[in-house]
Amino acid sequence: MTAIDLTAAKPVVRRRVELDPRLVMALPSLAFMSLVFAFPLALLMAKSFQGPDGLTLAGYNRILGDAYYRGVIWDSLTLACRVTLITLLFGYPAAYALTRAKGGFQLIMFALVFLPLTVSIIVKTFGLTIMFRREGILNWLLLNTGLLDAPVRFVFTEMSLVIGMVNVFLPFLILPLYSVMRMLDARYLDAAATLGTSPLNTFRRVFLPLTMPGVIAGSSIVFALSVAAYVTPGLLIGERYMTMSMVMAKAFLNFRDYQLGSAMACIMLAIALVIVFLSSFLTRNLEARGR
Amino acid sequence: MPVLARLFAGLMLFLVLVFLLAPIAIVIPISFSPSTVFSFPPTGFSLRWYENIRNADGIIKALWLSTQIAALSTAVSLVLGTLCAIAIVRGAIPGARLVSTFMISPLMIPGLVLGIAFLHAAREVGLRDGYIPLLLAHVVVTMPFIMRTVLASLALFDFTMVDAARMLGCAYPAALWRVLVPNILPGFVSGALFAFIVSFDNYPVSIFLVDVHTKTLPIQLLNQLEMSPDPTLAAVATVMIVLTILALFACDRLVGLRRMAAV
Repeated sequence: MTAIDLTAAKPVVRRRVELDPRLVMALPSLAFMSLVFAFPLALLMAKSFQGPDGLTLAGYNRILGDAYYRGVIWDSLTLACRVTLITLLFGYPAAYALTRAKGGFQLIMFALVFLPLTVSIIVKTFGLTIMFRREGILNWLLLNTGLLDAPVRFVFTEMSLVIGMVNVFLPFLILPLYSVMRMLDARYLDAAATLGTSPLNTFRRVFLPLTMPGVIAGSSIVFALSVAAYVTPGLLIGERYMTMSMVMAKAFLNFRDYQLGSAMACIMLAIALVIVFLSSFLTRNLEARGR
Repeated sequence: MPVLARLFAGLMLFLVLVFLLAPIAIVIPISFSPSTVFSFPPTGFSLRWYENIRNADGIIKALWLSTQIAALSTAVSLVLGTLCAIAIVRGAIPGARLVSTFMISPLMIPGLVLGIAFLHAAREVGLRDGYIPLLLAHVVVTMPFIMRTVLASLALFDFTMVDAARMLGCAYPAALWRVLVPNILPGFVSGALFAFIVSFDNYPVSIFLVDVHTKTLPIQLLNQLEMSPDPTLAAVATVMIVLTILALFACDRLVGLRRMAAV
């Protein structure tokens, strides 16, 4: 890449460079992504260390040295944990049932899991807020089935936030699990059964380990999305439950406190990278053990 | 698996489907309700909220802007991404794995973080106008989706066909256009549709780049939702849901849904 840059800088020397056309094809996109993607991220990191006079850790100090902001980070992480665990609890058996469904029926149900992914997140969250209302369908159902005597308040509660986030992120877990379970060779399960393994042990020793890559992939996506979620918490609970995203957005859009916002963004970036590395480490570990 | 476990899994799938589809389905009856407050069960039928879409402040304008940004950014990603993917698959660049990770990595960065980074960069180079930064940012956001599907399609493509075309006297670009492109068209269609949806629905990146004159649809809808939540939104949402279902249906005919979801 450097060789080409040099010749471009000195147009006088009109030597004909033998360029692999395939290399030339990669250059525009690499240049674009370096300028429009890598440069802004590097700039963001630089800005988070920028003070009125030179380099400073003040932004990080204000976050990590403040019990309130530490609490916000902790709350974001625990919220993401809760959401991930609940999606796993429901998503795992659902993905299994999806793989066992018969041909055309399976495709229809697959389409129904996939459809919410393509519907705007604003529309879904809007639908959720309608359902959670005092006179909404959830209370109507619970009252009419006799499960409740008086309407319950769902709006702006932590429970509605968790339910809403599970709703938005569930397909991201089911799809990777489905693809892993679909590829799983059913003969392993038959072999285990033939050898006299009990169904529970077959699940624990054969099925679960073989589907673990899907569990890791799906739950790390859901965790990453939940930590960074902004639209859903913003609409479902607002400032009653402050998350890192909310702090970042407010710092930039309301307070114009760029130092704080940039530092928080860098902390979130670090968390996202840890998730990526952790999940690829776990997957590789799994593969190594499989051999 | 014993019958009981199967029954349990089937029940879970049923519950999950009801739960996933409920918030989408609920929007539709609300959009036809005659009253201003959302109530369930609906009390009548009216189309007034659909007529109201035209009067609602800025929704049509935002819809047009979002369509433009989504279409343009998808087109740019498609061209740039495909060229890069060919180079990666043909092993023409050193560190091809690293390059493909780099091109897909915007997917791993939280949207708000990307948005803030773009905001800093736009300020730094003095871009004040909203449109260009928005478009550039959306190219970055859509790139991973194009790269993933095109790389997957190219892995199955037999490049000796391109060599054959060249041997028969076709120039390299023409060989790509006339042999490679038609062959991996399904990959293009599914990648482009997904990229379009991702751009069209993007909120966290756009929120830092929009200004009063350039507001994308998600931003406008959320504004509306916070300012005056009336069933006009449900009407817009219903239109969007119907369009999405049509697009998915078309995509299933063209390439197959599972291929689009990359599972």
